[in-house]
Amino acid sequence: MAGLELLSDQGYRVDGRRAGELRKIQARMGVFAQADGSAYIEQGNTKALAVVYGPHEIRGSRSRALPDRALVNCQYSSATFSTGERKRRPHGDRKSCEMGLQLRQTFEAAILTQLHPRSQIDIYVQVLQADGGTYAACVNAATLAVLDAGIPMRDFVCACSAGFVDGTALADLSHVEEAAGGPQLALALLPASGQIALLEMDARLHEDHLEWVLEAAAQAARDVHTLLDRVVRQHVHEASIMLGD
Amino acid sequence: MASVSLSEAEKVYIMHGVQEDLRVDGRGCEDYRCVEVETDVVSNTSGSARVRLGHTDILVGVKAEMGTPRLERPDEGYLEFFVDCSANATPEFEGRGGDDLGMEIASTLCRIFNNRSSVDLKSLCISPREHCWVLYVDVLLLECGGNLFDAISIAVKAALFNTRIPKVRVLEDEEGSEDIELSDDPYDCMQLSVENVPCIVTLCKIGCRHVVDATLQEEACSLASLLVSVTSKGVVTCMRKVGKGSLDPESIFEMMETGKRVGKVLHTSLQDVLRKEESLGPERPKVGFLG
Repeated sequence: MAGLELLSDQGYRVDGRRAGELRKIQARMGVFAQADGSAYIEQGNTKALAVVYGPHEIRGSRSRALPDRALVNCQYSSATFSTGERKRRPHGDRKSCEMGLQLRQTFEAAILTQLHPRSQIDIYVQVLQADGGTYAACVNAATLAVLDAGIPMRDFVCACSAGFVDGTALADLSHVEEAAGGPQLALALLPASGQIALLEMDARLHEDHLEWVLEAAAQAARDVHTLLDRVVRQHVHEASIMLGD
Repeated sequence: MASVSLSEAEKVYIMHGVQEDLRVDGRGCEDYRCVEVETDVVSNTSGSARVRLGHTDILVGVKAEMGTPRLERPDEGYLEFFVDCSANATPEFEGRGGDDLGMEIASTLCRIFNNRSSVDLKSLCISPREHCWVLYVDVLLLECGGNLFDAISIAVKAALFNTRIPKVRVLEDEEGSEDIELSDDPYDCMQLSVENVPCIVTLCKIGCRHVVDATLQEEACSLASLLVSVTSKGVVTCMRKVGKGSLDPESIFEMMETGKRVGKVLHTSLQDVLRKEESLGPERPKVGFLG
């Protein structure tokens, strides 16, 4: 996009953030009563809901059951009104299927699936409003929902995106920055061990710059972890008060 | 969950309760559960609303887009409905599992809302035969706790109330070709009148009585229900029997009377809530799903 300055000379981005700054994150666990686990997250103007059912018996054909671990089943859908231009279908298009697969990969790396052999865990995420970083918001929401369902995990999974503009790595891209078409990196991190659960990079980037972008994304993911940890502690604290402990 | 299965004893318990005008959650036969309504929850829509009725959770987004009027009604805009039964509500809806229910609800909504007596469709026309506003009303079902139709109709009415359509002017140049000019001011917009927009009241026949706003458990005890759409003046605009059982004509009239009575009260309280929220203006703290 010519004419739009993504990073000013003073080092500020279009929405007034610094290069490594995240958008405001607000989250809540236990949004719905009927699901086993649910969570809602807002990252700036991106809003996502995640719901978890399971572990339960395999639905549909039994041949899908895995003898040594649980099957993680993910569906990504984004509301028809979530984007600027109306979408015709909420799920089933190529992008949604790809997102579903990526989420599945991410959570197979984090959930201790070997504890529930021959069973199934469903993770459904729904984007209500999309303003860049939908993958990251979905992963963060799904992490909270899996925790809410009480499914054992190796660690939190925290995701964040990063980009590269004018020799500077930017964390947590908004829609405007994504649409400008520069290199983009999506990263899902297990913060305690520093392991990477998912890494995806599109567009061309010089090898020498990769380290900076990766570090920016990892730092942002660690910041997300601090925030999510606070949300979980707050939720558990409230729940224990309600139980009268 | 779209439906639950109950044992015979549980059904008898609920049916005897209804007979005595006392339901499992302490309500009478004509009482609604507590309804929570919030408008303007999704900022990239023209209008949106979220309604929570017991465990039923509905999010509606309205997007106004420019289109061409239908051939048979050249001077009117129109509404399009789409209902997404998302897997969030129940794993049964995964993939294409919710499509049938979604279609059924969408066609019912279209019949009730997309006509001149409910919405002023003429005001949606920009230039006859050429351009009109098409309102895409997208309903997202997030959790099912019974009585979907009523909750959806309340959410649709609230979202239409919240809808702001930008004002446009049609400019005609010398050669007779038309040009559409959008107002520069984002606050220069028109609002739809929702005075005549109906709400749906579903009456569930349980035993020989009927109840409004049935929960999932009560729906499991009922064989048939009657769906009545009522305007704020108590005029019935649409009626439909749903469910696998049958109803006798006498009880249909009884149910219609109840529907009118309950519908009027529902409209009054909904209007009050919407007006109150509107009067707070843009400073209103938004709760959304965080509350």
